[in-house]
Amino acid sequence: MRRQFPLALCFIAGLFMAIQYFIPHPTVQNFYERLLIWLQTLLAFAFLLGTVSLVRIHYHKIKHRADDRGYSWVTLFALCLMIGLGFFSSAHHAQGSPFDMMFQNVQVPIEATMFSLLAFYVASAAFRAFRARTLESTLLLVAACIVMLGRVPIGDMIHSSIPTATRWILEVPNLAAKRGIMIGVGLGMMATSLKIILGIERAWMGGGD
Amino acid sequence: MVRVFHILLVSSALIMLTAGSVQAQETALPGDTASDVLDTVPPGPPCSLTVRDYLENSDFGDKIEIEWGLSPDDGSGAGDVTGYVLRRSLAEGEVGEKLDEITNGTTRYIDESVEPGTEYYYSLEAYDGANSSEPVLAGPVAGRANMFQWSRLPVLVLMVVFFAMVAWFTAAAGKGAKLFVRRIPGLNAIEEAVGRATEMGRPVLYVPGIGEIDNIMTIASLNILSHVAKITARYDTPLIVPTARAVVMSAAEEVVKQAYAEVGNPDAYNPDNIRYLSDAQFAFAGAVNGIMLREKPAANLYMGAFWAESLLLAETGFEAGAIQVAGTAMVSQLPFFVTACDFTLMGEELYAASAYLSREPKLLGGLKGSDWMKVVSIALIAAGIIARAVGLESFVAWFQTQ
Repeated sequence: MRRQFPLALCFIAGLFMAIQYFIPHPTVQNFYERLLIWLQTLLAFAFLLGTVSLVRIHYHKIKHRADDRGYSWVTLFALCLMIGLGFFSSAHHAQGSPFDMMFQNVQVPIEATMFSLLAFYVASAAFRAFRARTLESTLLLVAACIVMLGRVPIGDMIHSSIPTATRWILEVPNLAAKRGIMIGVGLGMMATSLKIILGIERAWMGGGD
Repeated sequence: MVRVFHILLVSSALIMLTAGSVQAQETALPGDTASDVLDTVPPGPPCSLTVRDYLENSDFGDKIEIEWGLSPDDGSGAGDVTGYVLRRSLAEGEVGEKLDEITNGTTRYIDESVEPGTEYYYSLEAYDGANSSEPVLAGPVAGRANMFQWSRLPVLVLMVVFFAMVAWFTAAAGKGAKLFVRRIPGLNAIEEAVGRATEMGRPVLYVPGIGEIDNIMTIASLNILSHVAKITARYDTPLIVPTARAVVMSAAEEVVKQAYAEVGNPDAYNPDNIRYLSDAQFAFAGAVNGIMLREKPAANLYMGAFWAESLLLAETGFEAGAIQVAGTAMVSQLPFFVTACDFTLMGEELYAASAYLSREPKLLGGLKGSDWMKVVSIALIAAGIIARAVGLESFVAWFQTQ
């Protein structure tokens, strides 16, 4: 029963989700929208599980005096502070509230910093990728140089055909390759979905092969 | 001399007279002319008015199609019809409130503001800028939701064909048919990576992406996680699974726990290694980078849905010296993984991984079905190119869905 019930539920829900795409009748569409609301509700409850896991892991690190337990203190302090501000400060969503101040002045700048690091990582990854050691990597290097020059004004100043070549590279060979991958991805998604709906693929539910 | 002066005088007078006449014409007000004043004749009404439930593309019952015949004075007759006024009411015989003004020469209108199942009456009158014709009435009509979206028929047909292929190959595999699957180096590398981590006495890091559990890439990733967990359980190597979604964490816990139990090493399962970090994208990336730098896993496996954090993770892993295998169907992130990782599963290979690793005949059947559907897709693309080249637009249009 522990195995059969989830499989039956998966089959019914999966079949309904596939069928509803073809039926515009309000009865079906309303039920579909209701299912999506149920999903959101489930996800909201699951958030509590995540918080419990976070607290448990960092509590264990502190308890066992792990080397990096300082980070665990910071994490738990930040968690408690934000929960406290959220629960006990009135109108915590209002602009200028302590909760909002912490979010806007701590969380947002830290995330922006992480995102901005991407520029440096792109440069270091490109440096490795553009080494002309084989024919393929040489082609990649040449294509990358044309595309980079074609995206900035200096490319047009060097030669007017560089932006045109850039567009051609992006819109013809690049797009063709992307579409090829996307067709494969679409079919792979459908095949995986079918195997899950029919219960052929069960590893995802912890049931082994 | 006098004669010349006389001619000039007469010419000036004529010019002034002509100019005065032109000025008088330019300053004439509307209604001063005979035609403006006398246009009290209304245009002829539209020849016909037909209302029906909109069926062309299958709808939710919120559209009604209205068609009419042009007024005899629209484009012919007096030719002074400037447009039509469409009205809608809920009671028979009532002209109703104005719904829209429609330009002359038009014969069709889709009312997209109806309540499904409610009966409406429509009236249409021609208009010439000054007068309206007698209204033409039609109704009642109600919008009915369709039970099938006919514009999506091609999708259904191709889906049925595809599912039939998968079912056929799965059945064939179940009966013992040998199915060839090409070698996927990235998947062969997973066991090597885990073996390397075991030799070095360091953990394996498995990141299932940041997609929610309803993302099929996350499900495919959990399938792969099951196989990876069996290998780590067999080698008794710690497996760290950081997650960005609480539900994914719960599912990953079940998958890893079950895998350890199946291999016969349930005691090696450590629940503290299946970690929920953060829903925030870059907070998650920062936390995973922290794990890479502090706990120094020897093998990093990234499988699932990734966005901008892909390169942040893969570059940090590269700097940390770990062997890295990535797999995603996010086309925009593939270049980053290809650049920074040792092996990359591209697109469909992510979905093929579970079947490839387990060699389960029924799962391999799905792979074969996908391959044959690709052949069908290529044939259809070629047919579409030829059809457009020879002007067979109906064939091309059949595949356009809404």
